[in-house]
Amino acid sequence: MASLADTHTPGAHGHSSLQHQFDTMEQQKESSTLGMWVFLVTEIMFFGGLFLAYVAYRTRYPEAFAAASHTLDVTMGAVNTAVLICSSLTMALAIWCAQTNRRKGIVLFLLLTILLGAVFLGVKAVEYADKFEHHHVPGASFQFHTEGGHTGAEDPNLAQHTQLFFSLYFVMTGLHATHMIIGIAILGFLAFYAWRGRYDREYHNPLEMTGLYWHFVDIVWIFLFPLLYLLGAHAS
Amino acid sequence: MNTHAAAEPLVTPGPETAFERPNYLNAAYGLRSWLLTRDHKRIGILYLISISVFFAIGSLFAFLMRLELLTPEGDLVQPDTYNRLFTMHGVTMVFFFLIPSIPAVLGNFLVPLMIGARDLAFPKLNLASWYVYNLGAIFTLWAIVNGGVDTGWTFYTPFSTSFSNTHVVSTALGVFITGFSSIFTGLNFIVTIHRMRAPGMTWFRLPLFIWSHYATSVIIVLGTPVIAITILMVAAERLLHLGIFDPKLGGDPILFQHLFWFYSHPAVYIMILPAMGVISELVAAFARKPIFGYKFVAFASMAIAVLGFLVWGHHMFVSGQSIYAGTVFSILSMLVAIPSAVKVFNWTATLYEGSISYQTPMLYALGFIGLFTLGGLTGVMLATLGIDVHVHDTYFIVAHFHYIMVGGAIMAYLGGMHYWWPKISGRLYPGFLSKLSALLVFVGFNLTFFPQFILGYLGMPRRYWAYPPEFQVLNVLSTAGASILGVGFALPLFYFIWSMRYGKRSGDNPWGAVGLEWDTTSPPPTENFYTMPVVTHGPYEYNREEVHNRMTEEKTLG
Repeated sequence: MASLADTHTPGAHGHSSLQHQFDTMEQQKESSTLGMWVFLVTEIMFFGGLFLAYVAYRTRYPEAFAAASHTLDVTMGAVNTAVLICSSLTMALAIWCAQTNRRKGIVLFLLLTILLGAVFLGVKAVEYADKFEHHHVPGASFQFHTEGGHTGAEDPNLAQHTQLFFSLYFVMTGLHATHMIIGIAILGFLAFYAWRGRYDREYHNPLEMTGLYWHFVDIVWIFLFPLLYLLGAHAS
Repeated sequence: MNTHAAAEPLVTPGPETAFERPNYLNAAYGLRSWLLTRDHKRIGILYLISISVFFAIGSLFAFLMRLELLTPEGDLVQPDTYNRLFTMHGVTMVFFFLIPSIPAVLGNFLVPLMIGARDLAFPKLNLASWYVYNLGAIFTLWAIVNGGVDTGWTFYTPFSTSFSNTHVVSTALGVFITGFSSIFTGLNFIVTIHRMRAPGMTWFRLPLFIWSHYATSVIIVLGTPVIAITILMVAAERLLHLGIFDPKLGGDPILFQHLFWFYSHPAVYIMILPAMGVISELVAAFARKPIFGYKFVAFASMAIAVLGFLVWGHHMFVSGQSIYAGTVFSILSMLVAIPSAVKVFNWTATLYEGSISYQTPMLYALGFIGLFTLGGLTGVMLATLGIDVHVHDTYFIVAHFHYIMVGGAIMAYLGGMHYWWPKISGRLYPGFLSKLSALLVFVGFNLTFFPQFILGYLGMPRRYWAYPPEFQVLNVLSTAGASILGVGFALPLFYFIWSMRYGKRSGDNPWGAVGLEWDTTSPPPTENFYTMPVVTHGPYEYNREEVHNRMTEEKTLG
């Protein structure tokens, strides 16, 4: 009994990608899909803790949060939102190529997705650098100068409380960016395997699963963008 | 199923040929074949080794604490050391022993066997979970070796984030990383139970062990990510001084308590639900009756999983939360008693007119029912606002949760280990010694923790290294009980290891139990079944005729 090697033993239905514990390709696919959705549920709960902290402090210090939010660059955030939505489209197109047996198309669209993800991270890096320049990074050198309109009359510790906003900003976007980096790494592997011709109409589970993950990361940003960038925008 | 008649394991050696058959143990040899295995049964064994090490470490801390508390003066260790002892005891026992114990060892081994699958849905993820567990363990061990942590296992802020001078970050990272191993296991169970059941294995033919593991997995998947992000925030706060939990910077330490208990209360159910699943199997097998009210017990598991998420505020009755929040959390906490009581009543009803045999696993199961009931009833007391304020942070709390976690979870874990050991190893363990161990654990446990109920009610606070002299008698009793308990826990370790080489061969089904796991050979082959099972009936078909046969058999043997 080769307990080590039997993972890739072809099952009853013969496809080389059928793992030994499954009876059919369909069962294998259903299982990985369900597994991915359960994983995404854990991701929702993971980010949920941060969203809870955000809600708690935004409710407590609305002025400071609005003031801090004003310093973020809405244009860059909006561009990044568009970039991410496009990357979700290219991800979906890569899967469509697999479903229709367009092997070169899979590689092309995966690479495009990676490119768009990299653009997003690049813009994010520019924004982070800007925070460092303006001393908006929480810690010893944190400074916040209140602008006109925010006299600090209602919240005498406004400058200090903006630090909470930036703390959450960095933790939330940082965690999101970490997910992007992991996603890009996975996409790199997928592109390599797709180039080697591993995926076709019958078997492209990894593409679909990564697609779910990528769309999820995209959706997290769809929530982060208004919560962080568009806060109190009507007041200015 | 030709060994149904066997009842007393000591007199029923299985066919000598049984061991020659290929099984998961002799499928491959060498360290590599274990460290790279994807077989859920072998991974269960790997987990067994890892968590046993942590159980020993956690017990050592408990032992030192009980020694310190033998006398009222703080004479054995420094107060600072004592703080570290109870913290490391809590951290290792909760995160590195209790949470993985039944699911990662027995669940890993049995879930595919019980539902008629060749393996879990994601064998590689399963192996990864063991490595992730050990990675987290290394971080925590590093912290222990370098002097430990003194925050309490609850890591309360702002002490943990701003004031403690101990290894908070590495311990927290260890817990964070190990959390992923539970997520992997829970995710694997959910998918496996949904998608890998044998033909005919409908949801209501699932053994209750599977139902309770399903409920546990749901809690793991929903709760663990929240503690993960919370711990991440604590670490970030400590390293970067963000201010999220620091009142000086506008942060709120109570937010930490909310996030922490949102996971850590359901975590109690991660520990006790699998234990309840084990007990359902044991009670049915040794009373020779189908579980009374199967569907009620199954749905009670799900109800506990759901309600468990709505009661975290009962840990915060004195945190300054509003009286309305306190009242709601109090009522919701009492509601959890309903599904828990449903289970206890149904086990009792199963015993009624059952043909009970007092084998070792059954002794543990009966011990569980009594101790869990006591732990649960004191839980209802604590859910009452007035009483909780009185006994908050006293030994009453310590006694209460040890009745659930040791008297409940560990009793069931040991009962389960004794029940399925012949399946795991193909061997029998000594009958007298194992019954002695069950007795020692029961007696030792009660002697250790019952005095603590009284101590707490009289007002002895928890987490102090010294105490007023009038509490000494009860503390001496408690320490004496702990030493008996220690012997009770050590015995199985020795005779299980002994039995692997010298134990009699058990045959496939030494208990004459029903269930798919008993339909295959002991130990099972790598693929679990020689012919994949087709299920045509419910999980506990212990029929009258068979009981009769077994009883006459026992007479001729006795």
